Order: sequence, then structure tokens, then C-alpha cells
Amino acid sequence: MSITQETPITAIKTPPPAPRRNGRWAGYRHLLMARLLELKREPEVVFWVFVFPLLLALGLGIAFRNKPGDAASIAILAGTGSQEAQALLTHSPQHELFKIQVLNAEEAHQGFRLAKFDLVIEPDGKGGLEYRYDPARPESVLAKAEVNDALQSAAGRKDVIATTVVSSSEPGSRYIDFLIPGLLGMNLMNSGMWGIGFALVDMRQRKLLKRYVGTPMRRGDFLLAIMTSRLLLMVIEIGLLLLFGVLFFHMRVMGSVFSIALIGGLGSLTFGGVGLLTASRAQKIESISGLINLVMMPMWIFSGVFFSYERFPAVIHPLIKALPLTALNDALRASILEGTPLLHQWPRLLVLGLWGGISFVLALKWFRWT
Amino acid sequence: MPAAIQCRDLRKTYDGKLEAVRGLNLEIQPGECFGLLGPNGAGKTTTIEILEGLSEPTSGEISIFGHSWRENEREMREWLGISLQETRLSEKLTVRETIELFASFYREPRSSEEVLDQLQLTEKADSWVGKLSGGQRQRLAVATALVCNPKILFLDEPTTGLDPQSRRQLWEIIRGFQRDGGTVLLTTHYMDEAERLCDRLAIVDHGQIIAEGSPADLINRLGGHHVVEFSVSSSDGAAALVSAKEAWSTLPSVESVREDDGLVALNVKQPHLTIPALLDAIDRQGSQLQHLTTRQASLEDVFVRLTGRHLREE
Repeated sequence: MSITQETPITAIKTPPPAPRRNGRWAGYRHLLMARLLELKREPEVVFWVFVFPLLLALGLGIAFRNKPGDAASIAILAGTGSQEAQALLTHSPQHELFKIQVLNAEEAHQGFRLAKFDLVIEPDGKGGLEYRYDPARPESVLAKAEVNDALQSAAGRKDVIATTVVSSSEPGSRYIDFLIPGLLGMNLMNSGMWGIGFALVDMRQRKLLKRYVGTPMRRGDFLLAIMTSRLLLMVIEIGLLLLFGVLFFHMRVMGSVFSIALIGGLGSLTFGGVGLLTASRAQKIESISGLINLVMMPMWIFSGVFFSYERFPAVIHPLIKALPLTALNDALRASILEGTPLLHQWPRLLVLGLWGGISFVLALKWFRWT
Repeated sequence: MPAAIQCRDLRKTYDGKLEAVRGLNLEIQPGECFGLLGPNGAGKTTTIEILEGLSEPTSGEISIFGHSWRENEREMREWLGISLQETRLSEKLTVRETIELFASFYREPRSSEEVLDQLQLTEKADSWVGKLSGGQRQRLAVATALVCNPKILFLDEPTTGLDPQSRRQLWEIIRGFQRDGGTVLLTTHYMDEAERLCDRLAIVDHGQIIAEGSPADLINRLGGHHVVEFSVSSSDGAAALVSAKEAWSTLPSVESVREDDGLVALNVKQPHLTIPALLDAIDRQGSQLQHLTTRQASLEDVFVRLTGRHLREE
């Protein structure tokens, strides 16, 4: 055997690659990468997770935007006294609140029935006025009060008590401000349940889970990779929706980004745990779809996504507050809208932690890989 | 050296009722290619999944190179390459990403390029799995098994549903693995596959082994060396044919007789002795010969002989 070896000038063949050794976390890294690549290449996921909540926020935000002083539309019956009434109203300080038309009786009453007018003023010809309004329509009630007030003060009524008015429609108290944290919470629930629960059952049905456990893959690494991908997605989900709220609706974010991310992370993990539990035994994607909807349904209704749960009877409030989505929504609202410190939110965080922790433990106990 | 795979009195009962495997014994030597041949529902998949450690037997002992699943699972997983029946790998990953993913689970995997090359998937390395043909998918499934440099390759129905060319490609790959010293356990319901690939095989029916040996040995022992198939028509109709069964079995060199779809099949040692005598007998009966073929006996004949059924019947 020769000891020295000549180096060939040109390598004709590359030497066989040195046996490769995988480190402890190689499997985890590859599982995470695979999961993220799959999500990225699935246009439906991108739509439902990222675009859909934005569209929902946009649509609802526009529909329930605070309209700048919606003018009351008022019909005055033509006749003696109608000119005077109109003149008084148009010269009153609140005149921009009124949209006035002078019409004959038939047209005015027809328009009133169709809710085109909020109020009909009928001069009686002797200096008096008759208001026709609908007590069941808030805008009609409001129009009557406003018009009466304007007419009386324009005609010289003196107010006994001095009052001043401050109008408040600040960012922070509008519907969109209420809505966006609720959408965030709902989105985290949706993507936790579908992104973990559904994905796992799909893999089980495709026998991919079975194939994985036929390798030395660490099962914990697999679950950890799925959870990690969830957390990464969560950051993007929250970031996008909040940014959208700030840019589009001039929403004000009071809490720190850190505490919002922390609450979001905890919420993601909680629903990841619930999703895992829901998926622990189901064999078919049809059955998991039903189960997921069954689990999420009560929270859609009760947990204050689109409207406050204060509207439900007070007796069931403790039950509602025990739901994980309620805790998440409340915590997100408090943090985003009021900047409440995390420490003051411990009961909500505890509710989330308990749901997530208990689900996770049970899921690991019952989970079927095959 | 301990056997590559050994199991004793393996049983699997589902829900206390359905007995999928009923007392199965196997011993497979290192370097052997062993086949489990049987019809659908015979218990082949249940058996192979128990041997792979993916399913618990109701009772029985298993050892893989002398190790048991209960004590040594993680270590054993490093040496086993598995291809399940119908695993649907992620469609949105590329072939290379899929192989890399599986490689990452093992301590010392082979290089992905080498495996791609071996399975003729290099051209498709950057295609999504969803875009592959059936044969390519099946090769990828085997690639995920071979990437760990396994000592034993488990293949459950590796060529079911593939076109002839893809099947031959896979057979070549399996033979190559065996040439390099690997042990193979495969299940199949294709006789030709079992005959060509397997050194030894076990015919499984209703969860039990009903015959075991090399393909040639089984055929010689149970199939007769040759098969003579014929049909006759006579004025008396079918009745005469059935009563004639006795007559056929007394012809020279005939080992057994069976009827199959209107054909009479004789298992025969030496066709040149049987056929003239057969023609004479038909002549004496006054019947007309309608059809006559002779062929080498196959495993199909062995299976039909043993069970009275065809392999492909449901």
C-alpha cells in the first residue's frame, strides 16, 4: 500500500460523499420546513387565513362605520305655516342635521310609510305644528326630538339649565375597534382548529402519520413542528389584521406589541391543543369537519366576536367567560384597546392556559398515529 | 447470526371477533427476499404491519435480528425501510424535499442524490409529488424507505396498479437492494411477481400459511409440472363431462384434475405421455375436442389447488 497519494489534476469523478450524520433537531427542522412549504403552496390556506379576515374586517367595518351625523329627512306639508316652519329650521344652529322637503300630503305620507322621511310636520294653519313620527324607529324618535328642539329655540325658547355638548366618536370606541380584536381571536381559533385538527386527520387518513411512525422520527418533534408553524403563522395573522386596522380604519393600538403577541401566542397554542384533542381519534376528514364545527359553534355565538356577550342574560355570563375564545377576545380587546397590563389579565390567561394544557395532555394520551 | 425476521404463533384479533391472523410462523434469513402471497383480505397487510411494529399483535413473539419491538423500537427503526400500501405523501412537496424530509429522521441516511439516481427520479427531483405518475409515486415511496440505508425492506403490495414497465423497474430496484445484501419482505397478490422476485414465499389464506417454500419447489410439489387444459363437447352435454372426471385422473402421468369455468385442467408430470392418451379417451367417448392448451404450472395453480379459489377473486 502506498502512503502518499497524488492529487489528480482534474477530478474525473467526485468522491463518494462522506456519510452524513443528522443532528438531534434535523427531523424537527425538516418537518417545520415541510409544513411551511405546504402551507405556502396551498392558495386556499393563504386566502382563508390571511385574506378572508381582512375582507371580513373591511366589509363589516364599512357597513357599521360611524356615519358623520346622518341628516334626518323631514317632510313639511305644503300649506299655511309651512314656509315659516321651514325658515325656522333652516336658520336654527342645528340646520345641517335636517334635510327638508315641502310636499303635498299624499307624497309626504307615502314617503313616510316607506321610511324615506323620518318625520312629517303638518302645520295646522293656526301657528301650531303637528309631528307625525314612528316611535318604533329610533331615527324617527330622534328626528322628532331634534326638530322640536330646533324649532322651539329658534322661536325664542330660553333653556333653564345651561348645557354644553362634547361630541365623542374617538378611535377606540367605534364598532371597528370592537370588531378587529374579535376577528383576531376568531381567526386564531379557526386556524388552530383547522390548521392542526383537520391537517392531522388528513395525514392520518392518508396513512402519512403511520408512515412517519415507521421511521425513527420523534413524535414529540412532529407535534412541536406543527405547533411552531402555527405560532409563526399567528404572528403574520395578527400583524396583518392589526396593520390593516391601523392603516385603513385609523385604529389605535394601546397595548404593547409584545403583550399582544404573547396573548396571541397563548391563544394559538390553546386552540392548537383543542384542535389536537378534537383530532386525536377521528379517522376521516368528514368526521373531523363535523367535530370542529361542533366545537367552534358555541364560541362563534357566545364569545363576543361580532357583538358583545353582554347581550346574553347575566346568568350565563360565567359560562361564557369560561370559554377559551371569550377569554382570548376579552384579553385581546383589553390589551389592544385599553392597554391593560398582562398581570391584570391573569384570570383570562389562566382560562386559556387551562383549556390548552388539559386538551394537550388528554390529546397525547388518546392520540392515534395509525 | 439471528434470523432477519422471525415470528412465532402470531395472532391478531380485531374487536374480539375478526381473526385477521391466526397463528402464523415465519423465519426469514438475512439476504433473503421473502414473499407473502395471498388474495385480498388474507391477512397479509395485518401481518406485515405487525412485523413492522406498527400494530400490536394480540399474541405471539416477533424478533427482528434478535431484537423485539417492546425493548428496542427506536434503534430498530434505524434499520427498517418501510413502504406501506397506499401512503399518500404530501402533494405539494417536491420529490427531493420528500426524500430529504424522510432522510432527516435517521441518524446516518444516504445522500438524497444517490437515492434519486438509484430510483430513476433525478429528472423529477423538483416536481411536486402531486404531479407524478403512479409508477413514479411508487418509486418515491420506495425511495423514502431506501434513503435510510435499511437492512430490511418491507414492501406492502409494491406494484399493485402499476403498468408493466413500472413494475419491471421496481423489480429491478428490489433485486438491486437484495444483491447488495439487503433482506426483503414483500406482500403481493401477483403470482408472476412472487415467482420472479422471491427466494421463498408463503401462501397465506384466512390468516394462516397454507404452503411455504421456493416458488419452483411449491410449483413442483403442489402445482404439477405442467398443466393441460382442454374442453370437450359431447351429445350428452355437461353431465358426461363430470362423470368423466374419474376417467381423466386415470390417464398416464396425471397428478390431479380440476374443473374451472368449463375447462378441465390436468396437473401433469409428462405431457407427452398424457396428451396422446387423452386424445384417445376423448375419441372413445365419441366427444369432440374443443380446445387444448398446455403450459408450465404457475403459483396460481398452486393456490387454486390448495384453496379451490383463484388469487384475484374477491
